[in-house]
Amino acid sequence: MSEMPAAARPVRRRAITEETHEGPPRATAYVCEAASCMSAQAHDITLRLGERTARAGLGDVEVKRVGCLGLCAAGPLVEIAETGQLFERVRPDDVEPIVKALKKVKPADTRRSQGPFFEKQVRVATENFGRVDPESLEDYLARGGYEALQRVLSEMTSAEVREEITRSGLRGRGGAGYPTGLKWTTVAKAQGTQKYVICNADEGDPGAFMDRSVLESDPYRILEGMAIAAFAVHATEGYVYCRAEYPLAVARLRTAIRLAQRAGWLGGGIADTSFTFDVQVRLGAGAFVCGEETALIASVEGRRGTPRPRPPYPAVQGLWDCPTLINNVETFASVPAIIRKGPDWYAGIGAGKSRGTKVFALAGRIVNTGLVEVPMGMTLREIIDDIGGGIVDGRPFKAVQTGGPSGGCIPAEHLDTPVTYESLIELGSFMGSGGMIVMDDTSCMVDVAKYFQDFCRDESCGKCVPCRVGTTQMWMLLDKITRGRATLADLAQLERLAGIVQKMSLCGLGQGAPNPIFSTLRYFRDEYLAHVVDKRCPAGVCAIEQPAEVMA
Amino acid sequence: MPIPYQKPPAPSDDKRWKIVETRMRRMGDRPGALIEALHAAQEAFGYLDDSALHFVGDTLGVPHSRVYGVATFYSFFTLKPQGEHTCVVCTGTACYINGAKEILVEFDRKLGVKPKETTADGKVSLLTARCIGACSLAPAVIVDGEAKGKVTANELVAQLEAM
Repeated sequence: MSEMPAAARPVRRRAITEETHEGPPRATAYVCEAASCMSAQAHDITLRLGERTARAGLGDVEVKRVGCLGLCAAGPLVEIAETGQLFERVRPDDVEPIVKALKKVKPADTRRSQGPFFEKQVRVATENFGRVDPESLEDYLARGGYEALQRVLSEMTSAEVREEITRSGLRGRGGAGYPTGLKWTTVAKAQGTQKYVICNADEGDPGAFMDRSVLESDPYRILEGMAIAAFAVHATEGYVYCRAEYPLAVARLRTAIRLAQRAGWLGGGIADTSFTFDVQVRLGAGAFVCGEETALIASVEGRRGTPRPRPPYPAVQGLWDCPTLINNVETFASVPAIIRKGPDWYAGIGAGKSRGTKVFALAGRIVNTGLVEVPMGMTLREIIDDIGGGIVDGRPFKAVQTGGPSGGCIPAEHLDTPVTYESLIELGSFMGSGGMIVMDDTSCMVDVAKYFQDFCRDESCGKCVPCRVGTTQMWMLLDKITRGRATLADLAQLERLAGIVQKMSLCGLGQGAPNPIFSTLRYFRDEYLAHVVDKRCPAGVCAIEQPAEVMA
Repeated sequence: MPIPYQKPPAPSDDKRWKIVETRMRRMGDRPGALIEALHAAQEAFGYLDDSALHFVGDTLGVPHSRVYGVATFYSFFTLKPQGEHTCVVCTGTACYINGAKEILVEFDRKLGVKPKETTADGKVSLLTARCIGACSLAPAVIVDGEAKGKVTANELVAQLEAM
């Protein structure tokens, strides 16, 4: 691919405003062009705003498309960089207020507070969100991009890099929280001349969109993080395994790879050293189980994505039987910042054994749906009430679901729990990749459990019996309960079966599948009993069948 | 002596086969390119028919049984032609609790289609996705490749009926 002449490559440019002004612009309008705002004509807004500012003679104003500004609920969003003024729900035919505000910007202006949604966040993995043009390498470099890789290549040994990551306390952000430094060390010490780095961007949890946002908003960061990891574990080839359902993320990632290759940040002899590393994109094809690392490897190899028993772990025997490092998108996104600002800085954020920050996707019945990054150890209440703005229509909070189909529902009485890997497991839930779905009294918890069971039943790859058969049987029992036809014996059977599936399944999908059932039984048993004994659904969601007339 | 391997000819002179061939060649025509090749074929033709599966399998040296196995394992691949318009309804958790179920019910009631089906006149195909990651716009749908957020069942079906 690299022998194509530079000019022939289809690179999209963002030349929206004519650059007649010398020096830095007086005012800048950031237009959010991540998937969520894009689906509400954000690109038209960028074009229109560029056109209007040019017509108004504002040559010293820059209009720039940026990645996710975070507050997806109020999209499409436009932000004026100098004052921090945020325009919400902008329509392409109504950009005049923004043009007026841009006219008024003075050099002495400082950014005003944007409210708790923004102020309470600590941005590490998402520090460039809403600040850089996702496809512009210059923008990324201007914000300290590739400084970390440069430093790693020129000043550090691979052992020192692994040591820094270990000291930072970074743990896998894909959900299980395996210490990243330890994983890197295992791969580095594994026997083999060829090693691989894989970025797991198969974000399958419904209700989670952190990985998508990172890829859409700051793709170079992933490439830099992967390159640092490759240096630390002596790998030369990398793959990003991304869902095909994220076309914008894939397109931006491919552009970033092309531009990084051209600028010498990928490929042979990076930054005038002997270090060689290249990245390819592999598309998933809609199989949730491919988020499991051995299934993911099978899929990258072009096979059905079915997991295999571990050990051997991929760190020893992974892709094409070579030692392979697999980390999540967010983990790689945290790496450049750790190298740049030092492991002690990173380890200084967080609580207990969970250091640093975590990105969460807030969704469901919450006012400020969107993407937030908070320090570990922040309480659920702060995340949901202060940052999330509480429940839609002022309805009562019922539960927050974390961890996707392997996670659980946390009720109101535990809202003051600090969020760490350990505390969530204690509550019967799971960190997962970071989806947080808030539910109010319009959700029936039995129905929610059934929904997740339906998901697992459908996504089970069918390789091992406990998962293939167990998830279907559990779904049937839940279906029976929601139709008001179950007995207490059915409920006992459900609990017994859930325990079996949890202990006997081969991979995380089956082992985690009973979690939604366990957690809803633990906190909302009364709802189950209402369905089973009183034959009614307290939330009015389930269609309870009226019992047939008893024959005399 | 191994028999020199010959790549199979494209099933027809349709130019779209070139795209599929190129994608496979770039990955060295190795069995590992199977999923990428199926993606390329589905992007070009809209679905995977027998000739596509055979062609990809023969080029990459993958048995037909395995090609079929992969094509049916992944829910993104479809072996049936799609309608003129496609509507993907997101059934992720956020969309589910915000009314995706009602949208599917409305489709069934008004157009008589369930997920993975196409209307009798071949106009609209209804698909579901596990999560399209547009959770803040719940319930979200993708109509002909364009994402739409905060849709209501009535409006969406009426809009598709008018198409």
